[in-house]
Amino acid sequence: MSLLSSIYEMFGKAPNKKPDDSCYTEGACKIHSEKRDIKGKKERVAAIKAERDMNRSHKWRNRRWASIFIVNGLFVLSFSLDIQLIEGSMSASRVFGFHLADLNAALQVTLAFKEILINLVIGTVTVLILWWLLGGRTFCSWACPYHLLAEWAEEIHLKLAEMKMVRDMAMHRGLRTVLYILFAGLAFGTGYTVFEAISPVGIVSRALIYGPGLALIWVVVLLMFEVFFTRRAWCRYMCPIGLTYGIVGITSPVHVRYELENCLHEGDCRQVCLVPHVLEVTKKGFALKEQVALGPDCTRCGLCVDICPTGSLQFDVKGLNKLL
Amino acid sequence: MADAPKTAPKRKSPTVRQLRERRRVLRSIGAGVGVIGAALLGFFPVVKKWAERLRPPGAIEEQEFLAACIKCGQCVQVCPVEAIVLGDLDEGYGVGAPYIDARKQACDFSCDAVQCVLACPTGALSHDTDVKEQVTMGIARLSRPKACLARLGQGFKGTARGDDFLGLHRYIEVDRWTPIPIADHPYDLDLCDLCERECPIEGAITIERNNFDLTDLRGTPVVFETCVGCGMCEMICPVDPPAIVIEKNARWEDV
Repeated sequence: MSLLSSIYEMFGKAPNKKPDDSCYTEGACKIHSEKRDIKGKKERVAAIKAERDMNRSHKWRNRRWASIFIVNGLFVLSFSLDIQLIEGSMSASRVFGFHLADLNAALQVTLAFKEILINLVIGTVTVLILWWLLGGRTFCSWACPYHLLAEWAEEIHLKLAEMKMVRDMAMHRGLRTVLYILFAGLAFGTGYTVFEAISPVGIVSRALIYGPGLALIWVVVLLMFEVFFTRRAWCRYMCPIGLTYGIVGITSPVHVRYELENCLHEGDCRQVCLVPHVLEVTKKGFALKEQVALGPDCTRCGLCVDICPTGSLQFDVKGLNKLL
Repeated sequence: MADAPKTAPKRKSPTVRQLRERRRVLRSIGAGVGVIGAALLGFFPVVKKWAERLRPPGAIEEQEFLAACIKCGQCVQVCPVEAIVLGDLDEGYGVGAPYIDARKQACDFSCDAVQCVLACPTGALSHDTDVKEQVTMGIARLSRPKACLARLGQGFKGTARGDDFLGLHRYIEVDRWTPIPIADHPYDLDLCDLCERECPIEGAITIERNNFDLTDLRGTPVVFETCVGCGMCEMICPVDPPAIVIEKNARWEDV
């Protein structure tokens, strides 16, 4: 999977079909053909999965939840205890006097206000570098407070789906790109930051810091929609903030790396993933190379790393291996 | 010879897969319309001016203010009297934008240096405002002259807003640095002059005698062009509803 096609996929294009034999690298070709010849595969898979289930790990999820709690907790404590660590909220803040601005909020404000604001530029560049280093959509799964609520709603959705009470009404991923353009256009055209009025990230963040308000009704509506209709509807198909950070993460050094060799192609990773199209590569015969970096839409949440029974999905920092 | 039965050109019936895809696209369009629609609802409160708000010191013109404000609440955090609060859902695009409910807690410039302006990361509170005298939030107006105690020639004794009023004010003669509850500061005045007495801007309000008769105490609060519209007079006014209020967003140029 080339970088370009992974970018197209982020904007909503359907993932590529299974590639034909000519485009594999020699190593990948060899592994694919070796896998065809393995005997007693079923038993082996069952054994490996049983072992995984014996010591099921939630290492990355736990770290990530801790990160969301710490980031948002610092905002809350900073104001409630008046210790001025991080002043502000998710949309814009100041850490020890240094400006930080959410990239999407800054974009909306700039489009609506039509002026370049120097503090906003400082804040934006700082945040841009930070999230580029950390992986772009890493923001979503490691900092966004709505992501955590949505994860819990997703668990309820999956339980209900298991009981056949709800069905995941999947949507077209191109919707997010359309909404992105519409909201940018609305901000520019009307002079109001239209998206900010319904941004669940801003609403939840402000509710945590400054106390709850009526705006939380909108967040509850979204969560209910995700529980009863579409799994992770907002984060998967709608949120422009996710797309902004996705674009930032296109060339990020931090990513999840897939290794073809030991993969059993069972697809457990795709079951838990927020953005399963980035894991298409794990389907049998899809990987063109022995190692593949997942696309920019990946939120680096690590659920696939936790669930993979063979360790074929791992966090990786580009260039770090060469240095060490 | 009978004609062969005419058959309408056969339309291929869609496959299950195509039907599913079609539903998926329609569902996405529906959801998209829903989200955009919900966002556009924010226009109503703004355009219809359901709630005109007193914006914090340094706020630029209302429409531009809503555009420039990034809704982070940093101004809320620095205010020593916690005068600034954030707008809620019923304010449309004012969700998360700061305002001051002067009657509940006015800005009394306890911070001395327009801290909220300094905190604003976007210039929605304009950095052209350096000192309190440059602020233009609105203009005080004696809206109920008949209720005004000074106009009636009455004095005032007790706490200005009752003993359980939570509002804060910095009384320089009590504590130069820390605002205290208004409920902790009772008055005993022969003629009520609370609006003039507690006004943080020099010469913005004076009680002017109605006539030269020294036995007649009656006077009228007169607002001068130095008034910045901070709302301190509205908060401290002991009659309820207040006799003096802030005309939000009013500018002296327009008067």
